[in-house]
Amino acid sequence: MNPANGTAGEKWNLRLYTAGQSPKSLAALDNLKRMCEQHLPGRYTIEVVDLLKNPRLAKDDQIVAIPTLVRKLPEPLRRIVGDLSDTERALVGMQLRQQK
Amino acid sequence: MKMERPQARSLPKAPTGIQGLDDITEGGLPRGRPTLICGGPGCGKTLLAAEFLIRGATQFDEPGVLITFEETGEELAQNVRSLGFDLDALVQQNKIAIDFIRVERSEIAETGEYDLEGLFLRLGLAIDSVGAKRVVLDTIESLFGGFDNQAVLRSELRRLFRYLKDRGVTAVITGERGERTFTRQGLEEYVSDCVILLDHRVNEQVSTRRMRIVKYRGTTHGTNEYPFLIDENGFSVLPLSGLQLDHEVSNERVSSGIPGLDAMLDGKGYYRGSSVLVSGTAGTGKTSLAAHFAQESARRGERCLYLAFEESPQQLMRNMRTIGVDLAPHVKKGTLRLHSARPSLHGLEMHLVQIHKMVSEFKPAAVVIDPISNFIDNSTAIEAQAMLLRLVDFLKAKQITAVFTHLTSGGHALEATDIGISSLIDTWLLLRDIELGTARSKGLYVLKSRGMPHSREIREFVVTPRGIELKQVTGKAGKGKRKK
Repeated sequence: MNPANGTAGEKWNLRLYTAGQSPKSLAALDNLKRMCEQHLPGRYTIEVVDLLKNPRLAKDDQIVAIPTLVRKLPEPLRRIVGDLSDTERALVGMQLRQQK
Repeated sequence: MKMERPQARSLPKAPTGIQGLDDITEGGLPRGRPTLICGGPGCGKTLLAAEFLIRGATQFDEPGVLITFEETGEELAQNVRSLGFDLDALVQQNKIAIDFIRVERSEIAETGEYDLEGLFLRLGLAIDSVGAKRVVLDTIESLFGGFDNQAVLRSELRRLFRYLKDRGVTAVITGERGERTFTRQGLEEYVSDCVILLDHRVNEQVSTRRMRIVKYRGTTHGTNEYPFLIDENGFSVLPLSGLQLDHEVSNERVSSGIPGLDAMLDGKGYYRGSSVLVSGTAGTGKTSLAAHFAQESARRGERCLYLAFEESPQQLMRNMRTIGVDLAPHVKKGTLRLHSARPSLHGLEMHLVQIHKMVSEFKPAAVVIDPISNFIDNSTAIEAQAMLLRLVDFLKAKQITAVFTHLTSGGHALEATDIGISSLIDTWLLLRDIELGTARSKGLYVLKSRGMPHSREIREFVVTPRGIELKQVTGKAGKGKRKK
């Protein structure tokens, strides 16, 4: 593995927007946890925002598609749409891996 | 022909409050259903949608939601402010909710399954926040620029339109015109109830905006292209062909402002609500004749709208003063309104829409258009005739006495107006050069005047510092006996 971005001590701050317990949302959370454990062990936090409970945040954070993963830290901010089942694209999107 | 039908059969409609549009849709947009408004860039889609929303909130007590994909709320507020609408105030009063949805492909990587539930949540929240009855989505096709997965987008769009119907809101969706389809992404597949097409054409450097209702399921509607105008009061659409020959007819007579001419017209002048054409070659006194009529109307305390397409109001007032027609006091009093515009400023139909608007606002009893020939030069004969027909019909329906002047070129027979409008005209006056003995002079005669016995003589037409005088032409002597 070759982290393209971030040095060893860097904190990753991730936020996953979901809508209740939909299969896509659950899959996204599972996939995200798996990737983080593999690539960012011990230095990531995942915040899950359920827009069904808090629809106002969809507007505030410009969310259209669900699930959407937002990488808040490290900067710059990145958005990744989908259930993260395409691990390759997810890693590239998060900039955990350089595009081949 | 509009038929009397049982009301129950027609669809419930949501009035737009936009002048003319409710006429051609026979009541407004389909209530509780989506309407698609499409057209090329700059055709006025967004403004039309915004006005529908704003008028809903202000005139019909129907709060609205505006979901904009292209402009921020502030940009949009600024744009509609130029049309005299205060969007910010409506937002503050909780009558309109705005959500700007920004999708930028560069920010978004796609990794598997997703849906657009976020959009639905935002829409639902906005609808609930103001209790919206109307929703505008402008321009939903922007989503196609932001997301790759067409299959997801299409199924979500289908779901969105179903959702709008389920919520019972009257929705307007705007879409950019595609090459072979009404919209680039074929939105017309999803919106099957009502489709309105806007068009902005430029013909010989003159632009005309037109609107057409392509489809309106379950209801009758006008199918023509209707010209429309966007100005400081928003949209106005002119329902041009809706008028029939069934307007009321008046027996009342109004003076032409020239005693000698009234004498030729059965001693009483024009019929109220009739159309008068004054044609003649250059410099024969057409404007002077029309100005007499305008002054006389204003003197009686009846409002007169004078549309001058060759002179500015100041120039017209100065020139008419020299022949004893002082228009200024009437302008000051508000009984006479002078409006000047270059005929080439707009297309023919734009002028018509504008005249329509001015007449609706000012409510004159008389209208002078001086001259109409300038319009005709700017367009094809068919267009010109159609426009004049509409204009004459419109003025007649409102019982407005209209005087049109028409400049004929010297070579033609005077009677042959190249625009074939004579059939529309009730009273036709001809001004021409005549030879009286050895002198050249101006003559006037009444070519026709419907519904009255009129003089068939040629009278000598003399412009004096005290106004126009008509003299009898007696034999070859050329010396006229003054009438009155």
